[in-house]
Formats: sequence, C-alpha cells, structure tokens
Amino acid sequence: MLIQQLANGIAIGSVYSLISLGLTMVYGILRILHISHAGIYTLGAYVGWFSFRLVGNFWLSLFIGMIGASFSGYLVERFLYTPILHMPRIAPLIVSIGLFIAMEEAFRIIAGPHTLAYNARIGIGDLSIGSFHLTETQILILIVTFIILIFLWTFLTKTRIGLAMRACAQDAEITSSFGVNVRAIIAFNFLIGSAMAGAAGVLIGVYDNQVWPTMGSIPAYKALAIVVLGGLGNIPGTVLAALIVGLAETFFIGVLAIPFPRDAVAFIAMIIVLMFKPYGLLGKA
Amino acid sequence: MVSGYLITIFITVIIYAMLAFSLNIITGRAGQISLGHSAFFGIGAYTSALLYTKAGFSFWISLPISAVVAGIVGALLGIPCLRVRDDFLAITTMGIVFVIEAIFLYIPFFGGAMGIGGIDLPQWFGREMQKTEYLILILIVFIFLLILDRRLERSWVGLAWSSIREDEIAAHAMGVDIVRFKVLAFTLGSAIAGLAGSFYAHFLTFIMPQNFGFAQSILILCMVVFGGIGTRWGPILGAIVLGILPEISRPIMEYRTFVYGLLLLAMMRFQPEGILGSESILRKIFKQILIR
Repeated sequence: MLIQQLANGIAIGSVYSLISLGLTMVYGILRILHISHAGIYTLGAYVGWFSFRLVGNFWLSLFIGMIGASFSGYLVERFLYTPILHMPRIAPLIVSIGLFIAMEEAFRIIAGPHTLAYNARIGIGDLSIGSFHLTETQILILIVTFIILIFLWTFLTKTRIGLAMRACAQDAEITSSFGVNVRAIIAFNFLIGSAMAGAAGVLIGVYDNQVWPTMGSIPAYKALAIVVLGGLGNIPGTVLAALIVGLAETFFIGVLAIPFPRDAVAFIAMIIVLMFKPYGLLGKA
Repeated sequence: MVSGYLITIFITVIIYAMLAFSLNIITGRAGQISLGHSAFFGIGAYTSALLYTKAGFSFWISLPISAVVAGIVGALLGIPCLRVRDDFLAITTMGIVFVIEAIFLYIPFFGGAMGIGGIDLPQWFGREMQKTEYLILILIVFIFLLILDRRLERSWVGLAWSSIREDEIAAHAMGVDIVRFKVLAFTLGSAIAGLAGSFYAHFLTFIMPQNFGFAQSILILCMVVFGGIGTRWGPILGAIVLGILPEISRPIMEYRTFVYGLLLLAMMRFQPEGILGSESILRKIFKQILIR
C-alpha cells in the first residue's frame, strides 16, 4: 500500500518536474514568471493528440508534440518577451497572463470545449507484483521523464552550450562580455524548456486519457508554486520540490484521506517553506 | 427613473472601481505586485454575509467589521509575504487566493460550494434600501476614500511609499522602514477590498467561493493595468471600461475571453503605462492639442 502510493506519487511528481523545469530555466535566465508556459504545455498535448490521430504511433506523436511546443515557446520569447525586457517586472508577467488566457480560449474555440480521448497504447502492458501495481502509462511517464532528465543533465553539464546556459543564468551581462551570444542562449532555453512542457502535456494527456482546453489552468499555478518551493531558478531544487509535491498530494489525499483540495497542497507547502526559508528549499539569497 | 438593469451595472462598476483603487494602493503606490486581491474581497464578503445570516448583525455594523477583518488578515499574511522578494510575492499572493478559496469551498461553516444566500439589501428608516439609494451610498463612500487617498498621497506615508516603489535600497538607506510601509499599504488595500466585499455581498444577496477566485484577481489587476498603474484616475477608468465591456460585447460572447486576453497582452506590449499613464497615446494627443 505504502510502496504503491510512493510509486503513484513519484509518477505524478515526475510530470510536475517536467512542467516546472522549463519555468525555472526561463526564470533563471530572464527573471520572468512565465505563466503561459502552461499554455505551451496544453499546446503540446493538442499537437500530440492531433499527430497521434494522423500517424497512430505514440512515440512519434510525443516527438511532434515536443517540437510543436518547442517552436511556440520560441515564438513567445522572440515576439513577446524580448521586446519588453527593459520594462518593469510586472509588464512581462501581465503579458504572460494575457497570453495564457488567450491561448486557453483559442484551444476552446478551435478544438471545442469537450475533452478529446488520447488512448495511446505502447504495448508494454501493466506491471503487477503481488499487490503492487504500475499501469502502463505510469511506467511510460517514469521512462520518458528519466530519459529527459538524463538528457538535460548531460546537456547542461557536459556541453559548451549547457555551460553557456548555466553562465547566463548566473550573470547574463558578464557572459555576453565573454563572447557568448546571449540572445541565442535565451532562445535555446525556451526551445528546451518548452519541449519539456510539451512532453509533459502529452504524458498527462495519455495518463488521464483526455486532452481539454483548460488542462493547463492548474499546472500553471502549481508549477509556479513548485518552482518557488525549489528556489526560483534552481534546477535540482525544482526536481526535488516537484517530487515532494507529487508525494505529498498522494499521501495526504490517498493515504490520510483528508477532505482537502489536492491542488492547494502545493501552495500550502510553498507558504510554509517560505516562512522558514524565504528563498526556497535549495535557493540562495 | 433609471432602469434596474442600468443601476445593477453602475453598482457593479463602482464596486470594481473600489477594488481597482484599493489594489492601486498596493501595486501603484507602494509598488508591490499582488495577484491575491480577490481573496481579501472574498474575506470581506464572507465576513459580512456570515455576520448577517448567522449572527444577525445589521449591514451598518458588519460593513466596518468586514473592512477590519480583511485588513487584519491582510496584515497577518502580508508580514511573511513581504519579506520575500517581488517575484516570490506575486506567487505567494496567488497561493493565498487558492488557499482562501479552498477554505471557503471545503469548510461547511462557510457554506461550501453552495455559498451563502439570504443576504438582504441594508435597512434604513425602517425599510429596505432601494438599489438607487444603495448606489448613492457606495458612491459617497468611494468619494470619501478618494479624498482620503489624495491626502495620503501627499503625506509622509505617500512619500515613503513612492520612495519604496522607485528604489527600495535607496529608500532603506534614507531610513524608511520598508517592511512597515509595505505592510501598511497591504493592510490598507486589503481593508478597502474587504469593504468592497461587504457592499458586494449585500448587493448580490448571494455569494459563492467562485466569485473570489484567481480569475477575479486577474480582472482587478487588468483594470489597474489598463488604466495606468499608479495614476489616480486610471484604475477607475479601467474599472469602468472593463466593467461595461462584457455588457456591450454580448454579440461576441463566444470570443469575449479570447479578446480580453489579447487586449491585456497588447496593452502591456504596446502601452505599458496604461491609457492614462505619462507616456500613453491619450496623454500625447492631449498634449499636442494643448501645444497647438
């Protein structure tokens, strides 16, 4: 029972970490609260669903969903954020909220308000050992998240672009004085972060077997809470916080059966942690 | 005789104007981003509703109590929130909305998803107030608040706020107690939102947790931003325009929220000062006419 809940919590936490990582990377480099990131997550799910309808192969649809999300993230950075970076911090925040509202409505107008079934099967089947049970989609989530996290870690620590990205997150001006093309690095950041959000969208679409216009509303705010919990801009902290929130949700609701909204858990955790550690779990002042 | 429909719109617009005005104290005057304003609006409304339906207090007593309760909760939540830097503040205030909405929704004492009904318009001279009279009452209170704001802006409190808004470190170096003035702005803004909540509850006669959700916070913020952050008349104009917009845009009902999101986006992207800000198109046109 306990191990079962642990597995469920980790599966949910993995998806949270995929959504939150893009947010934290964007914050680390541009200091923008990128709320429309959840819009890109929904877009990824829709693109994935649509391509699954066309080609019928899950892996291909995951890939196309990621590409679609990635490209739209780049467009947002290029045409909305970059021109207003010099303005007070509230400007990009409000632009982001406006874009998110418009995106949700656009999905509703184009694809309809009802949910669309995304019943992709990859053929590995469910895993049962005694009372312990992992569904196929949970295994899928764990595998995909693991691959993406390994890829991200290798990319950030072993490649020159990764090094430049980490340098930009620390101080973009000094990095640019070393001859690094900061604008290209920012664009790269958005491409990678949005691709992860797209992957998360596809995975949640398959996990819940549905894609719907407002599927991003709750992740939009929950991912922010996770990012703050981990220390804004801190990548390992974000993964840790995402897993903690995923586990806390399954334990409080699933095991202790407290009649409490699942989606408020992340915020309560965040507010409690911020009281004692104002810069998040792994954040530095 | 003005029709009941128009009176309803007028009252809604004035309550929104009061909310936008109170958020402007926090965001415009003291420069603190708050995405949680609807929570305090909700606290005011629920305090008033509970006092009326469960304890039998009249509107005239529960109105000031709602403002005080919202102000106290604002101060209590503001103290930990305002210690963190501005981006954290945006998210923690957002968290407050979700938690407060969850409390209203899940604790049976607050009526749950069904909300609280049976709240009446206030009584006076032994009879129930008419909507027109209620409108005039809210208007008088609002004008009084505006006069108060004018005096406050020119006092040392107003100066301290603008110094924090412009440069926190410099203000600190000049001996301004930053946390104290931030909390003061937060408390005052929350109290006025609570007042607006009380008016709202007695006008609507029925309140639900969904009335005070995150979307409401965003709407209030939009009004402030649309009119011009930190200007005196901007938030009020924003409340008038965005409050009436849903009524006149009924033909495009289907696309309303979409247009609304785009408007917000375009406004910030091309007119970040708002329509009454110092660099806005309206001001420029006005200046050109004057020069000519």
